Amino acid sequence: MAEKNIKVPDVGEGVAQVELVEWHVKPGDMVREDDVIAAVMTDKATVEIPSIFEGTIVSLGGEIGDTIAVGSVLVVIETSGGSGAAAGAAATPEAKPEAPPETPEASPAKPAPAPERTADRTPDRAAPPAGTARPLRAEGEAPLAAPAVRARARAAGIDLRQVAGTGPAGRITAADLDRVFEAGPGSAAAAPSRGRRREGTSTLRVIGLRRKIADRMSLANSRIPHITVVEEVDVTALEDLRAAMNAARGDRPKVTMLPFISAGLCRALADHPGMNAHFDDDAGIVTRYNPVHIGIATMTDSGLVVPVLRHAEALGIRATAAEIARLAEAARSGKASRDELTGSTITITSLGPLGAIATTPIINHPEVAILGVNKMAVRPMWDGHQFVPRKMMNISASFDHRVVDGWDAAAFVQGVKQLLETPALIFMEDEA
Amino acid sequence: MRHESCKVLIIGAGPGGYVCAIRAGQLGLDTIVVEAAAPGGTCLNVGCIPSKALIHAAEAFFAARAHAGDNPLGITASAPRIDLSRTVAWKDGIVARLTEGVAGLLRKARVQMVRGKARILDGKTVEVATPDGPLRIRTEHLVIATGSRPQAIPALPFGGDILSSTEVLSLSAVPQRLAIVGGGYIGLEIGTAMAKLGAEVTVVEAAPRILPQYDADLTRPVLARLKALGATVLTGTSADSFADRCLRVTAPDGPRDIPADKVLVTAGRAPATEGFGLEGLGLEMAGRFIRIDEGCRSSMQGVYAIGDVTGDPMLAHRAMAQGEMLAEILAGHPRSWDKRAIPAVCFTDPEIVTVGLSPDEAKARELAVEVGVFPFSANGRAMTAGDDGGFIRVVARKTSHEVVGIQAVGAGVAELAGEFALAIEMCAVLEDITGTIHAHPTRGEALHEASLRILGHALHI
Repeated sequence: MAEKNIKVPDVGEGVAQVELVEWHVKPGDMVREDDVIAAVMTDKATVEIPSIFEGTIVSLGGEIGDTIAVGSVLVVIETSGGSGAAAGAAATPEAKPEAPPETPEASPAKPAPAPERTADRTPDRAAPPAGTARPLRAEGEAPLAAPAVRARARAAGIDLRQVAGTGPAGRITAADLDRVFEAGPGSAAAAPSRGRRREGTSTLRVIGLRRKIADRMSLANSRIPHITVVEEVDVTALEDLRAAMNAARGDRPKVTMLPFISAGLCRALADHPGMNAHFDDDAGIVTRYNPVHIGIATMTDSGLVVPVLRHAEALGIRATAAEIARLAEAARSGKASRDELTGSTITITSLGPLGAIATTPIINHPEVAILGVNKMAVRPMWDGHQFVPRKMMNISASFDHRVVDGWDAAAFVQGVKQLLETPALIFMEDEA
Repeated sequence: MRHESCKVLIIGAGPGGYVCAIRAGQLGLDTIVVEAAAPGGTCLNVGCIPSKALIHAAEAFFAARAHAGDNPLGITASAPRIDLSRTVAWKDGIVARLTEGVAGLLRKARVQMVRGKARILDGKTVEVATPDGPLRIRTEHLVIATGSRPQAIPALPFGGDILSSTEVLSLSAVPQRLAIVGGGYIGLEIGTAMAKLGAEVTVVEAAPRILPQYDADLTRPVLARLKALGATVLTGTSADSFADRCLRVTAPDGPRDIPADKVLVTAGRAPATEGFGLEGLGLEMAGRFIRIDEGCRSSMQGVYAIGDVTGDPMLAHRAMAQGEMLAEILAGHPRSWDKRAIPAVCFTDPEIVTVGLSPDEAKARELAVEVGVFPFSANGRAMTAGDDGGFIRVVARKTSHEVVGIQAVGAGVAELAGEFALAIEMCAVLEDITGTIHAHPTRGEALHEASLRILGHALHI
């Protein structure tokens, strides 16, 4: 027996401290080499830290939400081996030894975790009172259930490890599962819940990416007096153009609306350079940018991320589409680099079919403008003689009212509207 | 350059690939399967199916030969002869029927089959060298089901009289003297058949026993039968070279020369992971195999792998189950690999079936188990079939009676694999088996009796 420290490894990019966002273990847990023990977050990326020893967790080096320095102790672990590796080595996220995937047949020699024996010896497992639920299985053991029961549980999102089996050997029967269904969601108890009052609350700690989003939103909303302008846009011509491009695309991917909006925005910014700017309110300086670096608000599993479409002014429609797809994928898979997530000069936020009629977008501080794209719908429009079906879409743009006057905001939105309604103008040099 | 695009692209139409394709087609996914050879893969073309045909012919010939001599059944017959080229033609007919059947099933499921060698360009693009020129296919999901190949050993490269399992299944005549390097199930299945067809068989195995993955109780009857058939079995022996109809080996007692007309090398199988651009994806590997999770997902998003290329056990029915599951995952169904057992069958004489844990494996996992064995020598059906060697063995947890393993060795026990696997997959306890009426007289009664034995009240022993 020996106690060893696992330290917070250097996760690269010159990061000196990380935020603890998830523990995968608690004191007393057995871990094997390469089991993930914790997840930490740097400015932009989340990194899982594997154990470099096998043993029992003695203590944890912090609580979720804590900021800890690289090189400080992450966990103390009691190893059974003793003299093998030097104490205090830093866990490396890479370098996993290769092991074949486990199947019941393939790993006969692996020692079972200790609870197995105790479970088998527990007297109440041997002779349970008839008709009552038996204790749940020992940790790490697959639940005993026939394939049909397993499939039904999986389809309903029920974790069979949480279900007590009343069958022989603790087998989970179809009737056991029925009782879980009756008990309703979030419960593996076997009592009916209809008409029962619910008590209690649940608390979620705001940590990691969520905390960063919260901080940035408060900053933007408390510092910047927003003015939001909503305008409707007839996108029938734009949709026709898009359809024609997609029909001729060959094996290239379909082009969405977003690249056209990006192009229209770039064109409109040529006439309204004040919108493509940062306002440093402490210094009292507005910096206007010649390049257009568009932040693309992107939903990921962990929350809102804004990867940056660099030099949008220099990209064609297909190149824009490809770059947006690449950035979205990088953001969703958590692989976006720091560079890809910083440096935008203006932002587009679009919720696609969820885009509603109007929104009040919050500016991506320290930018001065954000363009929200709302849902497209076919609406009857009066053309002077009759109602005609037109593809209509609203845009909702917010501006920093300290440096953008209402008149300029409205003129800019009108410019974007005109370009999107007559898309040929987007592509005409110096004519629009 | 022609272009295609699809939702699911499967490389390899073996048992994993074609089942995945059929199920994906049934689920309405736009599916293409690419295969350079006939559909059905190793299993249908040069593996399970042709070897079973050869084994059947060998057994028929051997029985006829037994009946030509003095026999307890009182049959008089003249000495039989066999024209192996006709046997092989018959086998080829069965293979053709099955591969055409697979092609038909793929059509019925509206799966497009592309003939040619695939080359992966990236995780979404594959180029196929078809007879009509190159075809580039873009796909949303890429499934690698390229299977495995016979493993060569450097001292005995395949070619000439050194055969792999593929060539030995298409010989036009029975070799007079056949040396088999590798005493695993492939070598012994073919070796037993060849011995019955009249070849002088020598098995060379480097491990201390043949069929080293099985316990000695299961392999003992197989070894005894091989010796009764006149075969020589050399264990702890490695093969060094082959020249002038002579296989040079190193036995525990020193070097030795084994005269042989043909040498069959069955030193295992290697996953087919090279020569089609897989390296370019930089997938995470698990040893020689592609590392997958319980949803057959590789380390690259949108790239999946099934079958032999994903690891042991390299068995057709494992690949099929993975392929079926993966197609449902790709269609958005909630599925995950949760199998309790994968049955394994060795078609030697007698046959071996294993499902779940052996007594040794249970012990290694520190499970408290009890073991019940019932020999076929006390089973009426086995006696009347003239072959009462072997037994059925049940491994169950001591207190709960949960059945964790069933094994058998004996004539025709392969057909019991289904019942064994069903019992374990359904989480049967001993009382479930003993509470089930097993038809009389059948070999399956031995499972009933072996279970009763653990409970302390076997009826027929």
